[in-house]
Amino acid sequence: MNSNSLADQTLAQLSNWLMYSAIAVYLMAFLAACAEWAFGNTGRIARASATDPAGSVARDDEPSAPVGGTTPGSTSVLVPTSTTVRRKAPPGGHGAAGDSPRADVLGRTSVSLTLLAFVLHAGSIVTRGLSVARPPWGNMYEFSTAFALAAVGAYLAVLALRKNVRWLAVPILLSVLLTLGLAVTILYVDSAQLVPALHSYWLWIHVSAAIVSGGVFHIGAVVTLLFIGRDRWEAAVAKGRAGGRLATVWGRLPSAGSLDKLSYRLNVLVFPLWTFAVIAGAVWAEAAWGRYWGWDPKETWAFITWVAYAAYLHARATAGWKGRRAACLGLIAFSTFVFNYYGVNIFITGLHSYGGLPTK
Amino acid sequence: MRTALVLLLLLALAAVPGSLVPQQERQPAQAADFRRNNPDLSNVLDTLGVFNVFATPWFAAVYLLLFVSLAGCIVPRCGQYLRALRAHPPTAPRVLSRLPEHTYWIAPAADADDALRAAVDVLRGRRFRVAAGPGGDGWVAAEKGYLREAGNLVFHLALFGMLVALAIGNLFGTTGQKLILQGDGFTNTSTQYDDFTPGTLATGDDLEPFSFRLKSFHAAYQPTGPQRGTASAFEARISYTAAEGATPRDARVRVNEPLEVNGTKVFLVSHGYAPVVTVRDGKGDVAWKGPVAFLPQDNNLRSVGVVKAPDAVDAKGRPDQLGFTGLFLPTVQLDANGWVSTFPAPDDPVLVLTAYHGDLGMNSGIPQNVYQLDTERATQFRNADGTPYAKALRPGDRMTLPDGAGSLSFDGIRQWAGFQVARDPSNGTALWSSVAMGAGLCASLFVRRRRVWVRVRPHTGTDTSSGIEIEVAGLERGSSDRLGEEVGEIAAELRVRTLAACHDTSNSRTQERP
Ligand code: HEM
Repeated sequence: MNSNSLADQTLAQLSNWLMYSAIAVYLMAFLAACAEWAFGNTGRIARASATDPAGSVARDDEPSAPVGGTTPGSTSVLVPTSTTVRRKAPPGGHGAAGDSPRADVLGRTSVSLTLLAFVLHAGSIVTRGLSVARPPWGNMYEFSTAFALAAVGAYLAVLALRKNVRWLAVPILLSVLLTLGLAVTILYVDSAQLVPALHSYWLWIHVSAAIVSGGVFHIGAVVTLLFIGRDRWEAAVAKGRAGGRLATVWGRLPSAGSLDKLSYRLNVLVFPLWTFAVIAGAVWAEAAWGRYWGWDPKETWAFITWVAYAAYLHARATAGWKGRRAACLGLIAFSTFVFNYYGVNIFITGLHSYGGLPTK
Repeated sequence: MRTALVLLLLLALAAVPGSLVPQQERQPAQAADFRRNNPDLSNVLDTLGVFNVFATPWFAAVYLLLFVSLAGCIVPRCGQYLRALRAHPPTAPRVLSRLPEHTYWIAPAADADDALRAAVDVLRGRRFRVAAGPGGDGWVAAEKGYLREAGNLVFHLALFGMLVALAIGNLFGTTGQKLILQGDGFTNTSTQYDDFTPGTLATGDDLEPFSFRLKSFHAAYQPTGPQRGTASAFEARISYTAAEGATPRDARVRVNEPLEVNGTKVFLVSHGYAPVVTVRDGKGDVAWKGPVAFLPQDNNLRSVGVVKAPDAVDAKGRPDQLGFTGLFLPTVQLDANGWVSTFPAPDDPVLVLTAYHGDLGMNSGIPQNVYQLDTERATQFRNADGTPYAKALRPGDRMTLPDGAGSLSFDGIRQWAGFQVARDPSNGTALWSSVAMGAGLCASLFVRRRRVWVRVRPHTGTDTSSGIEIEVAGLERGSSDRLGEEVGEIAAELRVRTLAACHDTSNSRTQERP
């Protein structure tokens, strides 16, 4: 079999080498991002508002009353669905660096390193794919590395859209490092041919859609978590308290309102893609097994994830569920996604058991 | 909406046990294991139907309630939507400055009616639906993005399409399994299946009249490396006739590549080996001859099976049924765990059998599982020392039973392939529903529904010049940064138009005066 030819083995070796390099560079990017937080400051404005809980500089940029010309209860209601709780909130922070130029340099360094690691990481995945002449997602090692790449890609994409989201670097790089660490240690298998069940162009379509969805859902969940933290801090500041031990972190984040909006946008953006991934999976199942839906554990959990995200979207549109409660639903939805990946592949056997975990 | 939200969460929750506990229909063997290991728990689970979650009344109740509440929401919303399509955009609010996006300016020499006409033009040009109020204290109202609501309705309606598809599939679809030995054939009638499951309302009488023959089966495995033994290709070569009397055609069926005959699909789902054996009885006559399918137990195709010779007689000619049970190991290895196979290809095949004789229940009239031997009233052959008589055979070997009871020779190996034949008339409905769902979802999430109002009033400022005040304001469901831009662009366009209009009038005035 040609998978054992010398050239292919060299490529596979190169892929591993690139992966380790990428991990090393991610680690440096992570440390730089941590240093940015450490050397940054809370910023003048936020400091002022934190010491002056009445919030003399606070402004409320949401309209405070529903606007005329609308008929509640009809389909044509166009009430602005603002998501923040209306209170005097401290203004959004300036990001991880605050006003410190030194920290800003560290933050920029972190971004450059992330970009470099991303390139190495992508190179590793491409060479792995070339070494076996197939899409490089046939087992859990390959899924994990691709999923981490999608997460970093989504982060860089949001950065490139000129959003000041460098405050995402620490949590994102941390989970990327954990994912890759798990991948190269526990989940690692040498590159090999696919089992016949995966011989299909649907592998490209379905799995890449799922991986990209996963990456973006991941960022969405991280932003949601930060939203919850910032939101609690804002509530504490509004009540005149200092906001807890992590106050310096929350103070440098954007306002709860914009965090909430960003996480919602990310989730909304990929929900259709995830829907498509599930549908493409059903089409593939029809081609492989003669039924498009069979309640296999993987399918069941894809369904649960889908329903959970739909519930999250509904919650956002339902009065009384906005804000923190909707955010919790978003986190639950993401945890079902993660469980579908690790939990179902490792603990539950089904038709989709192609995790390729080394059996002991 | 709140009900829908709770029901959605409940549906997700209801699906969870179905993924954690092996389901009877899908994984009967695992379900049996689970029952054996957790007898007490299993009783509780059984009463709750947890071994068959997706067919339980409570699961059905949740999703039916969800769909009732969906219908209760969708039907009135469709009506409202149609009315909204015919209605005018609503009157401008009195105080535009309270809207989230708002801008105004004063146009000194402009005419109010001209400005309103220009506003109508600008908004129409941007494909808004426009309604204008009466002049003087006039206003223009515009709305855009009706597709959002339409998309949302289409999406939720498509969910009904999915439900209908699922129902059609369950009621009228048929599936069946058939194990076919290399060289053997199959005709698509319900009696020919090993296992046939018609939908609730399907009779199984009107199956697509095709037939096929398995010419050969090919498998390729990774010969080395950590994934040694993992299959890399399976292929069944068949010859089929699409209808009675049609000319036979050749086809290849692979995993992921079923054969389709007029909407019925033939899937390759399993494969294994069938040792070819000849059983001779006590009189030396051939009591049974042919290939016997053994069922794989693991990835290296360690397989179990039985050979039955119901018509065998003993040396004196009295009926004495013979039965053999044991293992087939494509690449044999004997280790601490007993007989194992180390590779799925038949590199070093061995058949390990022990034998029974007597009443194997094969004439009792009760249908028997062909893969099991009923040894309750039979006697196992034993060696002189009393241990069970067993033998490992390589192809060409023969085992001679003690006391001249007969023999079995292992003549060779054939392969078999397992096929699933399925017809699901709901595939089309499901596919089109999902396409509608995707399109509806995108429209519902990405189309922005927004309203823009323009108000024009005589300017009552302190300065002496007469003029008008023009206000532009916008409102959008959900907040978006793009609305601000859009209102800004509209205002800019309108400004240019009103300015141009002023210029015209002032020009004509200067021409008139001299
Ligand atoms: C009882 C059943 C349901 C009812 C009454 C219902 C009701 C609604 C309503 C009124 C909206 C419009 C919200 C808005 O425009 O902001 C909506 C949006 C939506 N629904 Fe449902 N729905 C139901 C079931 C479902 C189900 C089963 C799903 C999918 C699993 C689903 C997915 C969605 C999605 C993705 C949206 C778009 C959310 C958005 O516009 O932000 N719905 N639903």
